[in-house]
Amino acid sequence: MNRLHPLRALSAVGRFLRRDKKAMVGSAILFVLLVIAAFPSWFTPDDPAAEIYNPGAGLSWAHPLGTTSFGQDVFSQLMAGTRQSVMIALVVGFFCTILSVVVGVSAAYLGGLVDDGLSLIIDVILVIPTFPLIIVIAAYTKSASFWTIVFVLVVTGWSYGARQLRVQALSLRNRDYLLAARARGEASWYIIGFELMPPMTSLIAANFLGAALYAVLAAAGLQFVGLGNVNTQSWGTMLYWAQNNEALQAGLPLWALAPGIMIAILGSALALLNYAFDEVSNPALRPVKSRRTKAVRV
Amino acid sequence: MTTPILEVRDLKVEYTTPSGPAEAVNGVSFDLAPGEFLAIVGESGCGKSTLLFSIAQLLTYPAKTVGGSVKFDGVDLTTLSAEELRGHRWRDISVVMQSAMNALNPTLSIGAQLADACRAHTDWDDEKIAERSAQVLTMVSIDTTHLKSFPFQLSGGMRQRAMIAMALLLEPKLIIMDEPTSALDVVAQRSLMRQVENLRRELGFAVLFVTHDMSVVSHFSDRLAVMYAGEIVELGATREVFDRPQHPYSSGLMDAFPSIVGEMRQLTGIAGNPPSLVNPPSGCLFAPRCQFATDECREFRPELITVQDHAVRCHLVNPRTR
Amino acid sequence: MRFLVRRLGFLLVALWAALTVNFFIPRLMPGNPAEAILAQFHGRLNPAALKAIEAALGIGKHQSLVTSYVEYLRNTLTGNFGISFSQGNATVSSLISRALPWSLGLVGISTVIGFVLGTAIGGVVAWRRGGTLDNVLPPTFIIVSAFPYFWVGLLSIWLFSLTLNWFPSLGGSTATSTLSWSWGSFTDILSHAVLPAFTIVITSVGGWILTMRNNMITVVAEDYVKMARAKGLKPRRILWQYAGRNALLPNLTGFAMSLGFVISGAILVEYVFNYPGVGFLLLQAVNNEDYPLMQALFFLITVVVLVAIFFSDIATAFLDPRTRNNR
Repeated sequence: MNRLHPLRALSAVGRFLRRDKKAMVGSAILFVLLVIAAFPSWFTPDDPAAEIYNPGAGLSWAHPLGTTSFGQDVFSQLMAGTRQSVMIALVVGFFCTILSVVVGVSAAYLGGLVDDGLSLIIDVILVIPTFPLIIVIAAYTKSASFWTIVFVLVVTGWSYGARQLRVQALSLRNRDYLLAARARGEASWYIIGFELMPPMTSLIAANFLGAALYAVLAAAGLQFVGLGNVNTQSWGTMLYWAQNNEALQAGLPLWALAPGIMIAILGSALALLNYAFDEVSNPALRPVKSRRTKAVRV
Repeated sequence: MTTPILEVRDLKVEYTTPSGPAEAVNGVSFDLAPGEFLAIVGESGCGKSTLLFSIAQLLTYPAKTVGGSVKFDGVDLTTLSAEELRGHRWRDISVVMQSAMNALNPTLSIGAQLADACRAHTDWDDEKIAERSAQVLTMVSIDTTHLKSFPFQLSGGMRQRAMIAMALLLEPKLIIMDEPTSALDVVAQRSLMRQVENLRRELGFAVLFVTHDMSVVSHFSDRLAVMYAGEIVELGATREVFDRPQHPYSSGLMDAFPSIVGEMRQLTGIAGNPPSLVNPPSGCLFAPRCQFATDECREFRPELITVQDHAVRCHLVNPRTR
Repeated sequence: MRFLVRRLGFLLVALWAALTVNFFIPRLMPGNPAEAILAQFHGRLNPAALKAIEAALGIGKHQSLVTSYVEYLRNTLTGNFGISFSQGNATVSSLISRALPWSLGLVGISTVIGFVLGTAIGGVVAWRRGGTLDNVLPPTFIIVSAFPYFWVGLLSIWLFSLTLNWFPSLGGSTATSTLSWSWGSFTDILSHAVLPAFTIVITSVGGWILTMRNNMITVVAEDYVKMARAKGLKPRRILWQYAGRNALLPNLTGFAMSLGFVISGAILVEYVFNYPGVGFLLLQAVNNEDYPLMQALFFLITVVVLVAIFFSDIATAFLDPRTRNNR
């Protein structure tokens, strides 16, 4: 295993992604959503909260996705809601990843009792069903603000990544090149930062995406049952209002289905990129180019 | 003249790579007599393991046999269907792989893995299977209580011997061995080789043995083949090739091994790297590294020419007739 | 054996941790909701209900923290959950025992179906590498597995229930009928369970297909599979005893770890379909601020998940001889 400067590792990963169709599609979708999230006003023809339109209207040019029972424009709400979901995905993903990396790599690198203790904590958190826990926590705060949701999701979501990173760090830790670095007298922070972590880049990226995906789905679920702040603009709260007003039965299916489609799109983009990064870490998974189906010839 | 047990003619294997097909085995031909021990040596990447698995019809994507024939006892294996091939496996040809830890199923006991092979090819009842399994284990000096053991419970040397026992189960005519000693220490290597030799004398099977370490086979093989970049460059009686190597590559290999007895020599390696298999040079594949190469060498690919049971692929040894 | 004992110990530790967290959350959050809640309900409920809340939250009048904690643990482990004021003062235990069978039936069976189906498909697809399935299936299921469970539920309601009218859209059984051990009841329950089950299976199967496919690909490249081919074993035997058996092992571990995720999805599915299981009950409790019920349900769900994990550990020990020797 040769030394990889972290920047070179990143660029190698970038080159691979450009070749992989899944990664291309995922990145493209993500990019579009990021733009919408950053500049929602470009995409909202009407004020999303304004209840001034004809309630329960069907599709029309003025309202491409119809209106809600309250008279709001569904399409504008959809665009406005992008920001919250994208933000949750990125923020939670970011903090989860930092926590996973710190705990996972430390446990692997420090070994001994520290490793035992940290592993126990990681495994316990992994095993406890977190969604009921999130529900319970959110219930006590009544109307969870953005940062409360972030906090809860990060605390419950970091352990999966930590476990994966710990396993990989452990397998790398005893490789000869690291022992050589230690023998050379390199400082620990250098070894961890420049020798141990670069080969783990794709796994770290995959973890970030996985955490982001988890955050989007969990946050949507919380808001759907009314545990988020129901007065903000987000896809989850749209679903909440739609469900509470029996949108499906009232003949306004798009009100209920459209936000779900958006969540599915964001989720898919994250999942596709996640899988693409998995393939970087494990080349055996890459698509096989053969023209006919061939079962293993025995 | 007895029919050779194995006749390999012009075997070609390609690997599909992102930069195009790589010729890993480039027209290899040789015969193997019944009961003969043929060793194939060469550096890493010369194609010897690929050759072995191609002969055994065990290649998978991205490797593919693209030409040539492999006749076992007169039957061309490359033309057989998967079902027909299965009938020949293990009964006629068995395989011993490099790392027993990886080659044995970690979740099945040794006895179960031995029984597998028996049940696939014979109609023996459980008692006969147990009897034969115990028999082969005893042949390699493993206590029969280990029939119930799992691979991880055995030592490295024991696992390797268990693999050999498995190879002997159905009394095959040919055993193919892919670097079975690489994972062992020197003492275990020796002991394993001696055991193989004793069994061969007793049971009379032929052996095709691949290794990168010539010293392991030098006392046991009948003939020695030297492989380079997918081609056999020299083939002859072991002692002949050892003492009087004719191909520049072979003599370079022999020179790279110091001798414990005899006078101290200057050790020389072979400078340079093996050629690209995707874009091989047009002339002799060894020419770029050969200190004796001439223009003719760089232009024309030499043939493998046999003179008095010693085959060499070199223009300098067998000049091209005009 | 030692392996299983160790796992059991670990799961008990996890249970303890869950209970402790459950106990401390209302007290640690800013504003000390525990006290606030108690104050809120004081005077509005009968003494029995009040006591239940105190027991659930672990706050008693002027008790020390440690005493409250111990009493809370004792109450929980003996099944003394008190009564639920939001459900007509029925005992929490009776509510749970009524809802549990619905959940076990729906979620239990769907999860198992999803796992078995996904593992089988993933294994077979990987076995035939390079086919159309192998190239089409992974991206398709990557996308499908990213769909929120509850949205797939809504979609199925809209499509199969409201539009096509094939299945009922709500409840575990027709509201007006009474349940009995009759064929009529059985089909009624079944027809109500199809859509929720379908939702759970569709969203979870993708994950299993992908993990099993990945494992299988790695395993098929291993030397012992090549060896099995060299021995001339029948392809089916190689698939099951050599490749499948070894590829399944990491999948079982993955099953244990992802159970939490499946449970969360199942809770939402019950909510969407108004299915009378413990998930639905939990969300009702949350909406009604019925804390004793909520906490008891959290305890119960945790126990169920941990038990399921223990079962998969047993399966692993059975399949993998390496674990039996505590390596």
